Amino acid sequence: MTAGNGRRVGSPYAPHTDADEQAMLDAVGVDSAEDLFDIPEEVRFDGEFGVAGTDEQELRNVMADLFSRNEELTEFLGRGHHAHYVPALVDDLSRRSEFLTSYTQYQPEIAQGFLQVLFEYQSMLVELTGLPVANCSMYDAATALAEAALLANRLRRGASGHRVLVPEHLHEGRLGVLENYLDGAEMEIGEYPMDDGAVDVEALADLVDDETVMVYAETPTVRGVIEERLADIGDLAHDNDALFCLGSDLVALALLEEPASVGADVVVGEAGALGLGTAYGMGLGIFATREEYLRQVPGRLVGVSEDSADMRAFTLTLQTREQHIRKERATSNICTNQAWVALRTAMHMAWLGPDRLVDLATQAVTDARDLAARLDELSGVKAPLYDRHHFREFVVRTDQPAPAITNDLAGRGFAVHALDDHHLQVCITDANADAADGLVAAFEEVI
Amino acid sequence: MNFDQARFSRDDEYEPLLSEKDSTTVEVDSEGVLPDDLTRDELTLPALSEPQLARHYTRLSQMNYSVELGPYPLGSCTMKYNPSFTEDVAADPNAGVHPDRSDRTIQGTLGLLHGLQEYLADIGGMDAVTLQPPAGAAGEFTGILVAKAYHESRGDDRSEIIIPSSAHGTNFASAAMAGYDVVELPSDDDGRVDMEALDAAISEETAALMLTNPNTLGLFERDIVDIAEMVHDAGGLLYYDGANLNALLGRARPGDMGFDIMHYNVHKTFATPHGGGGPGAGPVGVVEELAEFLPSPMVRETAAGYEQYEPESSIGKVHGFAGNWLVLVKAYAYIARLGDAGLADASAKAVLNANYLASQIDLEVPYGPFHHEFAATSGDRDAADVAKRMLDYGVHPPTTKWPELVSQAMLTEPTEVEDKASLDDLAHAFNAAYADSDEALETAPTKTSARRIDQVSAARNPRLSWQALGDDE
Repeated sequence: MTAGNGRRVGSPYAPHTDADEQAMLDAVGVDSAEDLFDIPEEVRFDGEFGVAGTDEQELRNVMADLFSRNEELTEFLGRGHHAHYVPALVDDLSRRSEFLTSYTQYQPEIAQGFLQVLFEYQSMLVELTGLPVANCSMYDAATALAEAALLANRLRRGASGHRVLVPEHLHEGRLGVLENYLDGAEMEIGEYPMDDGAVDVEALADLVDDETVMVYAETPTVRGVIEERLADIGDLAHDNDALFCLGSDLVALALLEEPASVGADVVVGEAGALGLGTAYGMGLGIFATREEYLRQVPGRLVGVSEDSADMRAFTLTLQTREQHIRKERATSNICTNQAWVALRTAMHMAWLGPDRLVDLATQAVTDARDLAARLDELSGVKAPLYDRHHFREFVVRTDQPAPAITNDLAGRGFAVHALDDHHLQVCITDANADAADGLVAAFEEVI
Repeated sequence: MNFDQARFSRDDEYEPLLSEKDSTTVEVDSEGVLPDDLTRDELTLPALSEPQLARHYTRLSQMNYSVELGPYPLGSCTMKYNPSFTEDVAADPNAGVHPDRSDRTIQGTLGLLHGLQEYLADIGGMDAVTLQPPAGAAGEFTGILVAKAYHESRGDDRSEIIIPSSAHGTNFASAAMAGYDVVELPSDDDGRVDMEALDAAISEETAALMLTNPNTLGLFERDIVDIAEMVHDAGGLLYYDGANLNALLGRARPGDMGFDIMHYNVHKTFATPHGGGGPGAGPVGVVEELAEFLPSPMVRETAAGYEQYEPESSIGKVHGFAGNWLVLVKAYAYIARLGDAGLADASAKAVLNANYLASQIDLEVPYGPFHHEFAATSGDRDAADVAKRMLDYGVHPPTTKWPELVSQAMLTEPTEVEDKASLDDLAHAFNAAYADSDEALETAPTKTSARRIDQVSAARNPRLSWQALGDDE
């Protein structure tokens, strides 16, 4: 094996020359680095993993071959995870090593650049949610929702129980994560019914009670429906002294009702829709809340301070909530977060600016409406299934079996989601809109 | 190596905020799209041109330190050089598919995930690995949930997790989140697990012992075989915190030491970038007996190709989808690039570097011998001040004031990527800062983009957005 730097074996990223290595061994007083391993004989490993090590150039080819085994399909997939076009500026500048290969900003004087970007990210979230406090990232929408429920439980408000109410249409990933996070806190999850793809507010009213610590609703929902009665849902929660947690995403928030104005106490959701792309489900969780819950917020916060030259400067703050100080009494165990993704999202938001972000959101409504209408014209197809306003995605009912249709569409280069035997879900964004004609034509052929 | 960090300033602030450069309020006109009462009235956001943004972010980048600028010896953080080529590989547009794609159409993606599961299992001496946890702490939480599910499946209700006082704070927080009481274990006089205290702490309530090995002082827990036996005899499980795995590659495996569960910090051991605090990834490995409890989905190889499946008694989900894919791609590429010999060499050089650096600094370094990191003490000088002064000598300082076992600790981990000259520079920065006057320490740093920042006032008067600044100024 050639390591790539002229060395025959060893890590290509360990820069030692033989002479330096010898000088260092002499200084330490050992013959070999092996002598420094203080490991009992009985647990020493002397086997091999069988990984050969590969030249950089050769490995590039291996990886390209591997990824070429993915079929090239135009994806009309969403269900809470959305791809929008990511501008080149984001890829280019986010990969600057000063951002990409830096660590958490524990020495703020030498990390002002990243801290300012995160502060700007928090600020843009404040603008979009209307809530005054936003943290600088959670892993994804699912873990953000789970952390919101734990926050509600810590506050407890007037509740005598530990129940969180969620819609029956909740993405299985979000529900699964919620179950795991709530188990240790001995909390319960209750599901409330949906009506035509939106919250059945009257049924919810019957379920909210003094056992409830939080009511969770989404707009758009996992079926792409825009909720029309958010303020009513918020009132139901507050009348029962529970928190109202709203799930959304940054593009939708640019157009839809401001969460603060419908009574949201916490906003969670997926921010990766800006700046990340599909990335096999990798995400960035939003977390914003009211000032009064500041000291219960999970995750990192960047704040403003001054330096000794009386200049404005940024720093991580309120760290006494965090695990490295508070240990088992921390608000959360989150340490490594999604800072670099937040940086990419901030860059993408700033690149769009308010005009183009609102345009993008408006397009998410009109494109979904237009595509649904075109599919609805095909015989044996009803789209959208729900008589509601939609954002990016909608459910399609088909007379023929949905799984067979998705198979046939894949054969024609398109990926759509089969919900069950006769329901498909289709998602359109600026990333796939130019393929809409092709999708409609393919639909015509396969049904 | 001395450097002055870039600084861009105007009046009483450094590089202005986006909002101060140009901010615009647009009215949201949804006519013909949505009813008025479903939309917001207006939106205010920065409105800058692309060249203005390019300059803003480039300036900010130049006010930020990174591993490509110089040494970054943060103890327990393993700040290695991150190869450029793994970034290129992860950026392959064919790689990042949507998570709802059918297995048949994403054999490349699943093949990589399967390959990484196997690599990590081999390296850790584990039988099965999940890649879903999106960070090390998420891995800890996952591992503890697996332990809990295992005990519950046996009708065994246990309430406690034992954790050494020197452990990472995340261990405590993760155990508490899973609903366990934490039993904190003191260290003995040589910095390792106090065997008598452990014996007293273990009981029928012990669900698991969480251990870092080598520990946060860089010391190998030599009694590990006895420790494993004690925990197992009591019916508990042994959990390995993988934060310090960089010290052991190819030399010892947690599975061989008796650990039942472990997490891997791929952003440490396998050189994926920390990204200013994330994303990382925290895959979890387990022994055969626990494999059925791992999160869903896992990836397996069948005659027809790779497929995702749900383990028999899966705990469910710890991430909405499949975790931090881009990070996993980089970890896979890194392991494939280095291979057995490269990984083993990385550990050898990491350990040599730590010991060499420890031998070259004037500060007292208690305990030993060390693996990949050591905790020096600045004695009667404030470790945080010495660290700030080190910034003026052109390096990033070590982790300070932790672990608590050493007073005024400076936990130092140079990793394998520093050469002798760079380690000598680091030693110089330690020694010079340590010897500097009180005044020099208290006024440091002077060569960074910002001067010493008042963190107390930031916490007393939290201003967390530019909107909050508006109220204030």
